[in-house]
Amino acid sequence: MSEFATTNHYGTETDTRENISRRRTAGTIWRYVFYLSTSIAVMALVILILNIISGAFGYVAVKNTIEPETLSERGAPLTELSSEELIAILEANVSTGLLRRLNFEEPLAERSLDDLVELVRIRVVNPQIEETWNLFPSIFNRREIDEWMNTKAEPGTRLEFRVWLTARFIVSPQNPDPQFAGVRTAILGSLWMILITIVFAFPLGVGAAIYLEEYARDTFVNRIIRVNIYNLSGVPSIIYGLLGLAFFVRIMGPITSGAVFGASATTDPTGRTVLSAGLTLGLLILPIIIISSQEAIRAVPQSLRESSYGLGGTKWQTIWHHVIPASFDRILTGAILAVSRATGDTATLILTGAATVIFIDPRSLFTQFTALPIQIYQWSARPQGAFRNVAAAAIIVLLVLLLTMNAFAIIMRDRIRKRRLM
Amino acid sequence: MSESKANSTEFKHKIKVHEEIIRVMLFASAAASILITVGIVVILGRESIPFFADPRVTFREFFGSTRWQPQIEAFGVWPLVTATMMTSGIAMLVAGPIGLFVAIYLSEYATQRVRSWLKPVLEILSGIPTVVYGYFALTFMTPLLRSIFGNDIVEIYNTGSAGLVIGVLIIPLVSSLAEDALSAVPVSLREAAYGLGGTKMETALRVVLPAAISGIAASFIVALSRAVGETMIVSLAAGAGPNFTFNPFRAAETITGHIVRISGGDIGYDTLDYNSVFALGLLLFLITLTLNMISRRIVTKYREVYE
Amino acid sequence: MDSKTDTSEEFAGDSTEAGGSQDALKRAMAASTSATAAAPEDTDGGPVAVEIADLNFFYGDFHAVTDVSLRFRTNEVTALIGPSGCGKSTVLRTINRMNDLIPGTRADGRVLFNGKNVYDDDVDPVEIRRRIGMVFQKPNPFPKSIYDNITWGARINGYKGDYDELVENSLRRAALWDEVKDKLRQNALRLSGGQQQRLCIARTIAVEPEIILMDEPASALDPISTSKIEDLIFELKERFTIIIVTHNMQQAGRISDKTAFFMVNDKRSGYLVEWGKTRELFFNPKDERTEAYISGRFG
Repeated sequence: MSEFATTNHYGTETDTRENISRRRTAGTIWRYVFYLSTSIAVMALVILILNIISGAFGYVAVKNTIEPETLSERGAPLTELSSEELIAILEANVSTGLLRRLNFEEPLAERSLDDLVELVRIRVVNPQIEETWNLFPSIFNRREIDEWMNTKAEPGTRLEFRVWLTARFIVSPQNPDPQFAGVRTAILGSLWMILITIVFAFPLGVGAAIYLEEYARDTFVNRIIRVNIYNLSGVPSIIYGLLGLAFFVRIMGPITSGAVFGASATTDPTGRTVLSAGLTLGLLILPIIIISSQEAIRAVPQSLRESSYGLGGTKWQTIWHHVIPASFDRILTGAILAVSRATGDTATLILTGAATVIFIDPRSLFTQFTALPIQIYQWSARPQGAFRNVAAAAIIVLLVLLLTMNAFAIIMRDRIRKRRLM
Repeated sequence: MSESKANSTEFKHKIKVHEEIIRVMLFASAAASILITVGIVVILGRESIPFFADPRVTFREFFGSTRWQPQIEAFGVWPLVTATMMTSGIAMLVAGPIGLFVAIYLSEYATQRVRSWLKPVLEILSGIPTVVYGYFALTFMTPLLRSIFGNDIVEIYNTGSAGLVIGVLIIPLVSSLAEDALSAVPVSLREAAYGLGGTKMETALRVVLPAAISGIAASFIVALSRAVGETMIVSLAAGAGPNFTFNPFRAAETITGHIVRISGGDIGYDTLDYNSVFALGLLLFLITLTLNMISRRIVTKYREVYE
Repeated sequence: MDSKTDTSEEFAGDSTEAGGSQDALKRAMAASTSATAAAPEDTDGGPVAVEIADLNFFYGDFHAVTDVSLRFRTNEVTALIGPSGCGKSTVLRTINRMNDLIPGTRADGRVLFNGKNVYDDDVDPVEIRRRIGMVFQKPNPFPKSIYDNITWGARINGYKGDYDELVENSLRRAALWDEVKDKLRQNALRLSGGQQQRLCIARTIAVEPEIILMDEPASALDPISTSKIEDLIFELKERFTIIIVTHNMQQAGRISDKTAFFMVNDKRSGYLVEWGKTRELFFNPKDERTEAYISGRFG
């Protein structure tokens, strides 16, 4: 026993020093591993965003089917022509079927000059994209582009710098030609869908959270409900899509298509409407809203409830006048995060049948529709380069929409907090 | 006096009825979540029964064959399962270590200032829609892999690219859950380790990490479940068409990718295709549910230890 | 936090036992062996193990400890006492540089360990902490087996010897061997609080420190466990220099050779009032503040 205290089992001072310096080196290596991992995660985000920005700008090689200067006798650019001249060009170059359709939509003679120029540009000049480059190759790889132009380009091909995300892109309806495609129908579809989702899921989710936090005792049924909500939050969205397809689209079809109300907007009523999609997404985010609202309500101090009961308040009065106002900022923040998830969800929409080719704005609950994520999916999946550029532009629109929603959530939260303090 | 008393009790009674109605309504909202689960189980079960009942499909073939080609009535689920394993396995290889190391960095190394910007950045990463990640896989990751390994080796659609990008997607999931687990380890344990002459790394890796291991395991399982159910990245980047392969550079369709491709068009109700999609959905549901229940069990168990 | 409420809650058993009488204190003092000569401030005893000179400590802008100078001699028990917030724990934790772990803190002055300032640039705190061990207020065993708890520090520090032997020796020294020898593979968290604290002491002994710092090691324990820890401290001082922070005056009286009394000034900064032989400080304090504090706590 006495040996124990006198002998040093950790070696001489040199041993100790070596031991420590070895451990310090190992520590430094690990620290760099942790830094590196964190940098990779952050870099991934940066690259992701740069990649999208890069996709939304860049050079294109365009070739006109007919050069605009050859169209009029005086060889003037389109913008200098009169309405009559433009209509004459259209009548000379466009099929009669198309002319009839255009006249049906709005008689050519009544259209504005800008509209006519646009029509001639799309229908007659009809520029074709031969090749596209993203922003970074456009800046850093100019030589390769020039080489392509010199060797592979057909005569008459020009190089233009395109900004794919323009005001026209946002306000135009969908178009099979990527150069003229827009996301207006998709934005409107997404907004309709978000609205339905909120109206459906928010009251239900907050109600469930209030029950679970304020009323539920630890009974068997309530425990089942809790476990169930947790499990639901982990179910992949595609499963909700299948549920939506079989239940809202098919079984509830007569209602979700509006057929029973005689309100069907399409000639072929199916349940593949904005209503079905909105409800399905509502189911998808319901568990998320419940869980975040539960956390919000749980954060309300017990003393607040007790003081309300002390003044003779009933349970519901206490909840309505004290608990909900005190937790509303957090409930709202959680709900908006959940709605952002719904806004970006794609799989559910594909299954509940958001159509991909829709030119008409949604006008009621019962219309077929398309949404931003669907457009992005469709355009990304196309092999032609130009569609990828349009997809990148649409992604920026979607991300800005999500950012706006989150900024709105933060502003609302702060405003509610400030009001509560005053 | 007695009249007013009678009134007041009546008044009280009224309030109670009103309160009871509200209570029942709130209970109904909570119970609605049960209905969703019941709905999922019933729908998936009901719609997949015709699939398994069909003479062209047998259970043995479904779980035993490595060919899924509805055109020639071959319904072996393995090619879809292996592709799912490939993408989620690769994703976990990326997100497991990176997510864990980010969590260790956040919980043990980062200063308050770094944490205050790093955590929101990671949240942004998890808030970006998955379809955007799909675009990223297709336009960045695949060309990158092809430029590294060569166009002959890496196909345009491949499970590797999809898996790597799913990995990026679930890094924040792993890191935030694992960080919660690490932060829940009491400071006193760290002090004990330092007090015995431990370095920061020894404290982090040989005391805090083992103490949080169950929470970290739970975070991995949750992330795996998310990777298995991930749909848009695989349907854009992994390939269209079942393929029984373990080569990460070849195209192969996952369970989710197949469901999306088949039901993306105008699918006719009550066809074998339609019902097969639900059978696959049922399989996917059971896999993710099992994973989530395991993680839930681990998490509740580990909470008991520390609280 | 008010230290008196603190103590009365944690040591309900003790205070009734002591009955607040001088007799109780005398009995406590009698248990202390080193209460022999009434020498002036620290001129006797063994070689100096640790010397604190002009120590000032800061948490950010807050000046937590002002101008502390103290000596600790080998194989003695020194108790640091004083009201809550007087900086005694902070002083204790500067000795093995545990305060380094709190961001934004700064120590000015010197802490000489075997004549070498532990705050010098060429000193690695990791080595210091092995050679100056620490036992904490709340028992904090690792959530591992008893065996692994003992060997953890030994493994990382490059122990050259037999681990089984190390475990047995350390547990014997900590008076825990007989209670746990049949369940060394059991998780340490399943031990009682008192056993856990003795395990923590055993774990500290296993890395063969020269000095053991104890930060109120018995404050979270019941009276019986407390007395076991006190007996243990008494035995350990044969081999180690022990510096102990305690709220409990009786405890300081029972176990320590020297006592240092700290107080808080009007800027909430802790400072050393006086220090010396425990018996002297308790019965014959030079400073009236010490007398007031001690009589307040006993009378």
